[in-house]
Amino acid sequence: MTRESDLPTGIKRCSETLLAVPGMHCAGCISKIEHGLVAVSGVASARVDFGAKQVTVAHVPEMPAPALVAAFRQLGFEAHALVASGDNPEDARPLLRALGVAGFATMNIMLLSVSVWSGATGASRDMFHWLSAIIALPAVAYAGRPFFRSAWGALRVGRTNMDVPIAIGVILTTAMSLFETVTRGPHVWFDGATMLLFFLLSGRVLDATMRARARRGALSLMQSSAPGGYILDAQGVAHWMMAENMAAGMMLLVAAGDRLAADGVITQGTSRVDSSILTGESAPRAVTVGDQITAGMLNLSAPLTVRITAAGADRAIARLTRIMADASQSRAKYVRIADRAARIYAPAVHTLAALSFVGWMLAGAGWHEALLIGVAVLIITCPCALGLAVPVAQVVATGRLMRAGVLVKDGSALERLAQADRALFDKTGTLTMGAPLPQNIDALDGTNAQVALALAQANRHPLSQGLARSLTSRGVVPVPLTQIEEMPGEGIMARWGAVTVALARPQVTHDEEDDAAVDVTIADKVVAHIVFADQLRPDALKAIAKLRILGLESSILSGDNVQAVTQIARALNLTAQANARPQDKIDAVKHLTAAGAHVLMVGDGLNDGPALAAAHVSMVPSSASEVGQQAADIVFMGDGLMAVPQAVTVARRTQAIVVQNFVLAVGYNVLAVPLAVAGVVTPMIAALAMSLSSMIVVANSLRLARA
Amino acid sequence: MTGLSFLIPIALTMGLLGLTAFLWALDKGQFDDPEGSAMRILIDDEAEEPLP
Repeated sequence: MTRESDLPTGIKRCSETLLAVPGMHCAGCISKIEHGLVAVSGVASARVDFGAKQVTVAHVPEMPAPALVAAFRQLGFEAHALVASGDNPEDARPLLRALGVAGFATMNIMLLSVSVWSGATGASRDMFHWLSAIIALPAVAYAGRPFFRSAWGALRVGRTNMDVPIAIGVILTTAMSLFETVTRGPHVWFDGATMLLFFLLSGRVLDATMRARARRGALSLMQSSAPGGYILDAQGVAHWMMAENMAAGMMLLVAAGDRLAADGVITQGTSRVDSSILTGESAPRAVTVGDQITAGMLNLSAPLTVRITAAGADRAIARLTRIMADASQSRAKYVRIADRAARIYAPAVHTLAALSFVGWMLAGAGWHEALLIGVAVLIITCPCALGLAVPVAQVVATGRLMRAGVLVKDGSALERLAQADRALFDKTGTLTMGAPLPQNIDALDGTNAQVALALAQANRHPLSQGLARSLTSRGVVPVPLTQIEEMPGEGIMARWGAVTVALARPQVTHDEEDDAAVDVTIADKVVAHIVFADQLRPDALKAIAKLRILGLESSILSGDNVQAVTQIARALNLTAQANARPQDKIDAVKHLTAAGAHVLMVGDGLNDGPALAAAHVSMVPSSASEVGQQAADIVFMGDGLMAVPQAVTVARRTQAIVVQNFVLAVGYNVLAVPLAVAGVVTPMIAALAMSLSSMIVVANSLRLARA
Repeated sequence: MTGLSFLIPIALTMGLLGLTAFLWALDKGQFDDPEGSAMRILIDDEAEEPLP
């Protein structure tokens, strides 16, 4: 994300770039990054957002994003420039502000109310009532706005939601209390009205914070996107440019190991590209002059010059995103449990209040007394505990899942996950690691392994990275190398002391699989031939079995070829569909949905995007493509697949707790409503009942954190 | 009664002060990155600006 802004220090014009830095762990990291970056020439300031693991860097516009990433690498941190995303994380600030106001009003009015309850009479009681009114009126007008707005929005289109009874209750209570104050009546309900707003706003704040937290977390995990690339100008000089500023006709230079930022046709160079993000196909594809390649592909072996045919919103990626937006229509129709409850609850409560009013009128009470009783019924039934029941349980559950490495984007995702009864898995990158890992790592030992690691670390080719990852995890320490040199399309060469060492494509073809193998050469002698393959995630089998116990039957839906899919399907004992295009995946999801299933889609690639959006609920690993992460409801971290059944279990427990909370809240109403209808509820009883029921619901929800 | 004319304004003023402080902190972005703020306490910035 780069935008221009004015700047205090000597630098005149200034751009801001947002980078994800997942490796920050402690105060030392914050200090090192903020101080270390300012020391880099061209950087004006750096500000760490630790919770989101992001850094906002202000720098001169001439400084390209790769230079910033390099500066981070110098400091010892891995960083990724982030692309501007369409949806801004929801801000909890206005709600927090309203909560502060409601809290202030509640406390001060309660102070005055307690004085009245303890026996203030006559002029002092009237004064307390007037003071309460002065505090309550602006507070209700300000803190009630989120509810009034939402209730009005629903009423205008002829629907009701949880906010309708809340808004009506608060407004009627406040109006009635004001009337009582003016006519010097004995009971006013300002404390009830503000306390209600305070409790309900707590629920809303929790809900918004949870959503903002998960969104920011997911944003910082986008790694597979290309924020920009080097564009050749008329003089043949390369300049860094952000992807959104590119246009058709420009010449894009793509180094080996870089991802394409735009669609185009190759004008120079021959290389291999990894298009697994787009198609799910695991084997690299050979491309040459005249071939069409699309944004998101990874250039593997040699630099390419590409004439851009489509950039920005015209890219194939962007088109897929639009298909996804259409596919997610069904999900928008999902009605959250709180709103479903409100559909029954609101009319029932309003009828009850109206009946009490009419009943007391018929019984011969004056309209004033009857109206007071009607208001008492409204305030005692106001869904205070109901408003807290869902958000508190969901916040506790998502907090717990987050600690386990599962990010839930919002509460509705948790509700939908609890309903899932069928699971579809993509293969590449979901059931498997999605990255080639060495199969015969034992062929390397001692110094051979150390040399191989040193070479592999110096290269960005997926095979090198896979080799480096598995050697590092075995505790191998690299040897120091000099004169590291990349041989495009071949491998990497260096000097280890006086010896020439290399990590390169096999010169002698062992079999057809030379795409997925490297030779480690020391002093012109091949010491090891390492074969790579995509591996199943470590606990895939266990996770599938656990899902089956939970009642979710799984199957595979992959874009890869039949042979590759069959192998995995057999290993996991699952049914599978191979060669599935994005449209086929959507169709499969729709077919199951039409048959009455609630589909959980687990995928990662861009080709899964539409299916992820169309499914009832979807999960992606954090290694997934940017589009996949945006389409999915839930992102899980780490290499394991156990996060999927774990999340399902937690979602179901949360749903059980939510239902319990509803029963508790409604049960309290069953006890309190007869009292209210009978006309014996005073403001004090209402205040006590309200806080008590809210506390019970919160306490019940907190059990989720311990289980 | 005279006690009230002191105590109530005092109580309200203190409450308002608390509210103002909260809103001020909110506007200054003090609730934006609670985790980071907890960490920043541990950074020894003083080392760079020697005490007078």
